[in-house]
Amino acid sequence: MSGHSRYDPKTGIEKWLDARLPIIRLGVDTLIFPSPRNLNYWWTFGAILAVMLVSQLITGIILAMHYVPHPDHAFDAIQHINRDVNYGWLLQPMHAVGASMMFLAAYIHMFRGIYYGSAKNPREMIWIVGMVIYLLMMAAGFMGYVLPWGQMSIWGAIVITNLFSAIPPEAAGTSVTQWLWGGFSVDGPTLNRFFSLHYLLPFLIVAMVMLHVWALHIPSNNNPTGISIKTKADTLDFHPYYTVKDAFAIVVFLMIFSWFLFFMPDSMGHPDNLIPANPLSTPAHIVPEWYYLPFYAMLRAVPDKLLGVLTMFGAIAILFVLPWLDTSKVRSMRYRPLAKLFFFIFVLACLGLGWCGAKLPSDLVFATGVDEAGNAVGFSFVWLSRILTVYYFAFFFPILPILGWVEKPKPRPASIEASVLAHAKGDD
Amino acid sequence: MLKWFASLAVLAVFSASGAMASGGGEHKLKHEHWHFDGVFGTYDKAAAQRGFQIYQEVCSACHGLKYVAFYNLADEGAPFYDPEFPNSNESPVVKALAKQFTITDGPDDSGDMFDRPGLTSDKLPSPFANDMAAKASNGGALPPDLSLITRARHDGSNYVYSLLTGYIDTPHGMEIAAGMNYNPMFAGGDQIAMAQPLYEGSVEYTDGTEASVEQMAKDVTEFLTWAADPKMEQRKRTGWMVMIYLFLLSLLLYGSYRAVWRDVEH
Repeated sequence: MSGHSRYDPKTGIEKWLDARLPIIRLGVDTLIFPSPRNLNYWWTFGAILAVMLVSQLITGIILAMHYVPHPDHAFDAIQHINRDVNYGWLLQPMHAVGASMMFLAAYIHMFRGIYYGSAKNPREMIWIVGMVIYLLMMAAGFMGYVLPWGQMSIWGAIVITNLFSAIPPEAAGTSVTQWLWGGFSVDGPTLNRFFSLHYLLPFLIVAMVMLHVWALHIPSNNNPTGISIKTKADTLDFHPYYTVKDAFAIVVFLMIFSWFLFFMPDSMGHPDNLIPANPLSTPAHIVPEWYYLPFYAMLRAVPDKLLGVLTMFGAIAILFVLPWLDTSKVRSMRYRPLAKLFFFIFVLACLGLGWCGAKLPSDLVFATGVDEAGNAVGFSFVWLSRILTVYYFAFFFPILPILGWVEKPKPRPASIEASVLAHAKGDD
Repeated sequence: MLKWFASLAVLAVFSASGAMASGGGEHKLKHEHWHFDGVFGTYDKAAAQRGFQIYQEVCSACHGLKYVAFYNLADEGAPFYDPEFPNSNESPVVKALAKQFTITDGPDDSGDMFDRPGLTSDKLPSPFANDMAAKASNGGALPPDLSLITRARHDGSNYVYSLLTGYIDTPHGMEIAAGMNYNPMFAGGDQIAMAQPLYEGSVEYTDGTEASVEQMAKDVTEFLTWAADPKMEQRKRTGWMVMIYLFLLSLLLYGSYRAVWRDVEH
């Protein structure tokens, strides 16, 4: 941990323990460290994510006590949990809706990082570890969705694992899918290994979260002005100032979570997943969970399979190098009018891609007329997703690097303290 | 600007789930008002009991309900719940019902299967031994198990109601395949293997309700919605307690936040 330790053991037993295993010191120094005094509510999503992760772990471990990873029993096991297990009707939707809520919080957390330049020097490692967490979450979420073994489970698994067959066979492509499946199709061995990995990944996420928080303690939090901490007057101790603020935000978030959980638990899922998996019957629309829809749209926007897969994974890969693509010396887009504009278009593009992912590529965004056979023709979703995919990548390159050179930032306050005091007086 | 962005993000989540939900059949479903609708909705027990009668006398000839056990019918929030019998296995309705069925059990000590009267803990017996037998008896079509039907279709309760009341005259010039029936509400196309199951007076209601097609469809939908989501009443009730608890906690925490930050300019 950076800076001086704030822990002063007072009792004999604390001194004894501190000399041998300074675990109380670790806890105290993790919670009581100087944080910028101007953090807004967008900074509460880190704590919200921590709570959601714990919630997923607890519900998941209990669900695993009742679940059976076998094609003949998995679907029945979910019904058994919902109907027979004590409070299973609460735990199972809590885990499923909780996954959606965790992704919602993660996306807000990531957008906040981009907007305020939290990824940039000196916080590149926080961002990169965060991206690793995001990748692990995607893998865990995907495998978790397979476990109920409904129609969307098996067909989602078939579509996603088949992406790896895009790797040319001479580069060991076919064997990659066989290795993923544990056979020649998505079947029992696939379900069993997905269950095993779905149980493993959250613990890797916990380990990565520890690195994420550790890396955060080196430079401390970024803040809405993006200006570095200069003096003690710029900071407040994380505890109690931000523990209490985070606690309030967590409870507000839990109210939104609860609303979905108790009053519309099926709204985030797809009804087809309550039809038992049938490898012989393909659903009319195979759609992933909402949090993958933007990437699904990118995959289908490209006519060539291998290029589509590369585009989709490239969309995540490019996030890893964001700290170096954003060349502006100013961190916060609050003082970057052009970057701010392009950022909001970027957010809209991401949402638009999600919309495209939920539709069939041939569906029309709007019709311009009818063809000879009387079918409507017009602007289709595949073209909308192509335009938005191009913008998605263009935002990272070349827009961000060029903006860093050409944009003239607005004047920034002299310090965090100065910005806070100006704000308090109503000047901001 | 950021507030605007926040509301946009929330909107997007809603519209994305809405977009997925709107991918159903081509034809507009009928939208009924349901007793279980909304955050305070509960099951109409009388309707669900009549619906069970429809299921037993009509649907169960072809459709199973394999996730529902006899005792479930008298659980809290279920059609035959009676506060006098908190243990639903002791419900006289359930006991009498289970006894009417013969269940094959075993093997016994000599390795033979044997028949015994149903127990309250048995699941409702499915009409066919397996899917192949079901298909063989239904011209190759598989009658789906109905345990989850109202959750396994888009807008499921309205879908089931619309389908059951959706048998209308075939449009002029339309070719109907052998063994198929015209029903524009069917999610798999306009033609469905199931013949119209409900006709005026198909059943005689024990409570004297007039058995019109709409009434029967509505009742059986009420019952099937319960079968697919038997813990709904418990879930909503708990939900309100959780919401109230979290709301009060949020007030306390907001107060704490203001108190802690009282002397800090921010």
